[in-house]
Amino acid sequence: MGLAFEKEVVEIRFHGRGGQGAVTAAHLLVDAAMRENLWGAAFPFFGAERRGAPVTAYARVSRRVVSTKSMIKKPDVVVVLDQAVMNYVNVFDGIKNGGVAVINSATHTLPSTRLPAGVRIHTVDATRIALDFGLVLAGWPLVNIAMVGALARILGMKLSSVLEAVNSILSGRAAELNSRAAERAYREVVEVEA
Amino acid sequence: MKRDELILPLSRPKVGVQGTTGSWRIRKPVINYSKCIGCGICWLYCPDSTIDIEDTGSRFRVSIDYTYCKGCGICWTVCPVKAIDMVKEV
Amino acid sequence: MARLTLTGNHCVAHAVKLARVKVVSAYPITPQTTIVEKISELVDSGSTNMKIIRVESEHSALAAVYGAATAGLRAFTATSSHGLLYMHEMVWWVAQARIPAVMAIVTRTIGPPWNIWTDHHDVMGQRDIGWIITMAESNQEVLDETIKLFKITEDPEVFLPGIIGLDAFILSHTVEPVEVPDQEIVDSFLPERRQPYVIKSGEALVMGNVPSDLLVNFRMREGVHRGLRNAEKVIERVDLEWGKLTGRHYGGLVECYRCEDADYLFAGAGAWVGDMRIAVDKLRDIGLRFGVLKIRYIRPFPYSRVFEAVRGRKGVLVFDRSISAGSAGPIFLDLTTHLYSSGLRIPVKNVVTGLAGFDIGYEDFVKIGKSFVNEVSESGWITSFLDFYP
Repeated sequence: MGLAFEKEVVEIRFHGRGGQGAVTAAHLLVDAAMRENLWGAAFPFFGAERRGAPVTAYARVSRRVVSTKSMIKKPDVVVVLDQAVMNYVNVFDGIKNGGVAVINSATHTLPSTRLPAGVRIHTVDATRIALDFGLVLAGWPLVNIAMVGALARILGMKLSSVLEAVNSILSGRAAELNSRAAERAYREVVEVEA
Repeated sequence: MKRDELILPLSRPKVGVQGTTGSWRIRKPVINYSKCIGCGICWLYCPDSTIDIEDTGSRFRVSIDYTYCKGCGICWTVCPVKAIDMVKEV
Repeated sequence: MARLTLTGNHCVAHAVKLARVKVVSAYPITPQTTIVEKISELVDSGSTNMKIIRVESEHSALAAVYGAATAGLRAFTATSSHGLLYMHEMVWWVAQARIPAVMAIVTRTIGPPWNIWTDHHDVMGQRDIGWIITMAESNQEVLDETIKLFKITEDPEVFLPGIIGLDAFILSHTVEPVEVPDQEIVDSFLPERRQPYVIKSGEALVMGNVPSDLLVNFRMREGVHRGLRNAEKVIERVDLEWGKLTGRHYGGLVECYRCEDADYLFAGAGAWVGDMRIAVDKLRDIGLRFGVLKIRYIRPFPYSRVFEAVRGRKGVLVFDRSISAGSAGPIFLDLTTHLYSSGLRIPVKNVVTGLAGFDIGYEDFVKIGKSFVNEVSESGWITSFLDFYP
């Protein structure tokens, strides 16, 4: 069934750079979850927005109404949009034992940083996917929606829910290309053996 | 921090309170010294004071502190002789 | 009805559009800005014929709303923190002139130091003026209560303006699934605009001239208080009407969660009530019977409903996200004043926490709840009436 349906609440932290769309990714995930009769809440790191800076965004996906409003300190899942931020930030900080990481990676190898116990690593080459579909803005590959596609697969959500969410939040050419990117990432995400 | 001490909303400016903000860059400004006329306008406009300036007597010599430069490109915009290039980093 | 994922701020914008507001005037300030940005988008896309008046300050924003509302139009503004403080003079004018209008306050702490996170000092600073003040727990409640406020404020028994308060970021910028009612539902719910007088061009009418009889002026002040007291039954009635149309009842002035057999109550207002609910579930798991008294309306303060909810309990913990410095938290002050005058003597303790946006979650409420039970069991009363946590 997947994580989203097994646990009471799944807490997710997105890592990226300001401007990469981590907040939109969190929003889109919750929109897709709603389409599977799940509840959710998505929120940015509360503070000034800083283009290029390492940023985080958060989401909770739950079978019940999400009542808590506090910050996520012990995520079940971390999503890394840009591997470069791993040089500056410990993306595994606070991750639960048995937690899951979804990393945008071209090499599909384990990250060089020390892994906390029990964390399962999944990778997808979202940058390649974005470039293949021409999803580039101001020189940046737009990987955020592809990463939601990969994440949705790991959470056990249907691809159709993600595509509906993409079309609800985006429109026109952006919706079309991002739908295709999400679909490919949904198919291509793999678990890296430790 | 004790509850009963006088806590004031004061701080002193110091280098790097936001961390190594150079990691935010996606493009980096590079000075072409063969074109630079040493006017110091980039130093004046840099919003984060990451351009260092040295008075060599006849003119200024400027250099960029890449540990903290965020790559905003304001120096590149204001340079009157186009002596700064923005070079892709990410 | 559409089911969408929206931020609290976008819920306000949708509610304003659905209420067929005619004039919006505001000045940008974090974390309010995205309300008016969204309204501006809706105007731009042609989906509403609202007029946006651009101004140079919050003082002028509310002045523009005041003018439009006085001229007979449904009008709206939104602000936060320092913007609200700058607007403060006009906040008095609108209420004392008995002009219905609606304002969203995205609650944010006040400097120095500069800080954009939530606490309730800004909205609580407006509670003595004559505005109805409601605080939301979820984005759905933000949307529903904003629509309802237009009906409540324009009721002839009330004729006072109203504030919808929503916590900075933890509601304003958090996305949640929300049911957005159809326009026909809102149209059937909201009557044509009503107000005590309309100032029209070509018809001489002076509002606010120097009073010739100070007793008349005195009675005006008293009347504002009476209007707010009348609002209690209007709020309860409107909550039922909205519930019939949408299936969403909130309990009117207050909501009780697991109160029926509770020995102890948490009382508080705003987004963190959600965390209090989880804490109550967890405390009950270890045999401590807690409930939540959610204060939905700060003004009018729901004395009678609070009295009924609190009577017979072993103790009440009142959480304030602001403090009347030198006294205690404002919700605690209101609540204990009425309990005392009703002759009720039970341990009521004030915990002031979450100031300056300090993050508070259900684990904190569990901890505070346990320690309160110990305090009351050991001392038979409370050892201090006000604690700061942590």
